Amino acid sequence: MPERAMIRAEAARLRALFEAEGAQVVETSILQPAEVLLDLYGEDIRGRAYVTSDALRGEQMLRPDFTVPVVQMHMAYGAAPARYTYAGEVFRRQEDDADRANEYLQVGYEVFDREAPAAADAEVFSRIAGALNGLNLRAATGDIGILMAAVEGLQTSAARKAALRRHIWRPRRFRALIDRYSGRTPVPPSREALLAAGDPFAAGAPEIGLRSRAEIEARIATLREDAATPSLSVKEVGLLDAILSVRETLPYALEHLRDIAVDMPAISRAVERLAARMEALSARGVDVALLDFEASYGRSSMEYYDGFVFGFYAEARPDLPPVATGGRYDALTRVLGQGAAIPAVGGVLRPGLMLELGGGE
Amino acid sequence: MSVKLGVPSKGRLMEKTFEWFGERGITLSRTGSDREYAGAVEGIGNVELVLLSAGEIPRELAAGRIHLGVTGTDLIREKLGQWEQQVEELAELGFGHADLIIAVPACWVDVDTLDDLDAVAAAFRAKHGFRLRIATKYHRLVREFLRDQGVADYQLVDSQGATEGTVKNETAEAVADITSTGDTLRANHLKILSDGLMLKSQATLFRSRRTTGDESERRTVKELCRLLRVD
Repeated sequence: MPERAMIRAEAARLRALFEAEGAQVVETSILQPAEVLLDLYGEDIRGRAYVTSDALRGEQMLRPDFTVPVVQMHMAYGAAPARYTYAGEVFRRQEDDADRANEYLQVGYEVFDREAPAAADAEVFSRIAGALNGLNLRAATGDIGILMAAVEGLQTSAARKAALRRHIWRPRRFRALIDRYSGRTPVPPSREALLAAGDPFAAGAPEIGLRSRAEIEARIATLREDAATPSLSVKEVGLLDAILSVRETLPYALEHLRDIAVDMPAISRAVERLAARMEALSARGVDVALLDFEASYGRSSMEYYDGFVFGFYAEARPDLPPVATGGRYDALTRVLGQGAAIPAVGGVLRPGLMLELGGGE
Repeated sequence: MSVKLGVPSKGRLMEKTFEWFGERGITLSRTGSDREYAGAVEGIGNVELVLLSAGEIPRELAAGRIHLGVTGTDLIREKLGQWEQQVEELAELGFGHADLIIAVPACWVDVDTLDDLDAVAAAFRAKHGFRLRIATKYHRLVREFLRDQGVADYQLVDSQGATEGTVKNETAEAVADITSTGDTLRANHLKILSDGLMLKSQATLFRSRRTTGDESERRTVKELCRLLRVD
């Protein structure tokens, strides 16, 4: 394990590298208001971040990442286009694996740019890849935008699409919804009984709690509409499965997705964005013919990342977490900006892991 | 040094534990006044009885301050991360049965499964502007269960007692708690989700993996386990 001072020096070196490439250095507080993070990530964040509190400010979290405060800072004071870099500690609760660090240094590079998203994606990827040069890592890439486009294009009700969109980053629930909407899993008997009942409230349970009778009635109406909605076709489910199973080098993945787009034109624009990104990566000197692409990459670990996603892994050290990760998080800026979205893409490096793998200068 | 055996300090759980040990020839008893938490062990030498709140026994086992302890599986799993590495489960004692479940108001006729709960949570948040509240003292177990099941848009609110009353008091919309018969839930107009069973718990004898202990302590633990027929 490299010494702390060495890791700090390596972090400073990486940040200076990004600064020299035109990024503005920014700092953020270590204590972050818990409310914003809870609002974004829900209760799950409590399993990943340390929560503390005082009687005046209420709950605070030890910064689990820089993305949220940097986006907030940019939205409050910044003007696009902007490029930022930072270095500092992040804190992650580790209750299931004592070998994973609960405090480590992160160095980041973030781009806020309304123009040329493909070029910005390629810029972030190649800057991160450049900083990792010589470490012999495997890059994994994906694009959550393609799955999102596929969901939008399904021949089904707006309610079903909204439910699927909400669970894009929760593969298990997403799958359960698809199975139900396609009739692969039967309607639960309790649901059938409810919809068949003349008076669903006949049992006469007393009304308690904040959720009102009107809300319950509204949901029953929604369930009736849902029961009347035709099942997703076998063909559409097959196409979704085909998209999710795309896993090959980027040029082949692109061809494969273009084939799927013939039967599912809704993903065409997303697929062409992938093509534009591949060109932009190539123009930056990335050997795209060797770059892995996996359509479901990042779904369970990168909530709010809604386009390009990537990670760098030490294949000889499967015990280590990814050395770098990143992607496009327009959805995050939309939620934080309450409608005022800014296209944003960024990535983070872990200097401690880089040194452990023999990097640094 | 003597071997320390941690046992719940009051109520049925203590009495049943004393009975279970008694049936195996080890007599546990409280000594001193009714209010004093001191005890005695007969039937084996060099074992000391430590009377503790059942909720503190996991922590004491993990710290190695007691060698053996009786508590519920629910408390071990809630309080200890990677619990298997900190304690060894020696025997289920056959009492103190309780299920950790999720319950919602019985008047929610549209909710029977986690899938329903998740959909209702989304609608509730849109309507009320905050996430649906689930009252519990089992924060870790509930959060992990709901994450694995892909339920979103809820929040956990802490409730250390009378959890079943939180819905009527409008401090929560649902509860996650342990129940043995379900009577208290029914009396409070709540019903259990059909797929909301998180854990089946019962009183269990655990051995700490953290005690450093000398040879004589190890021999005593071994001998006690032999007498209890849990080796």
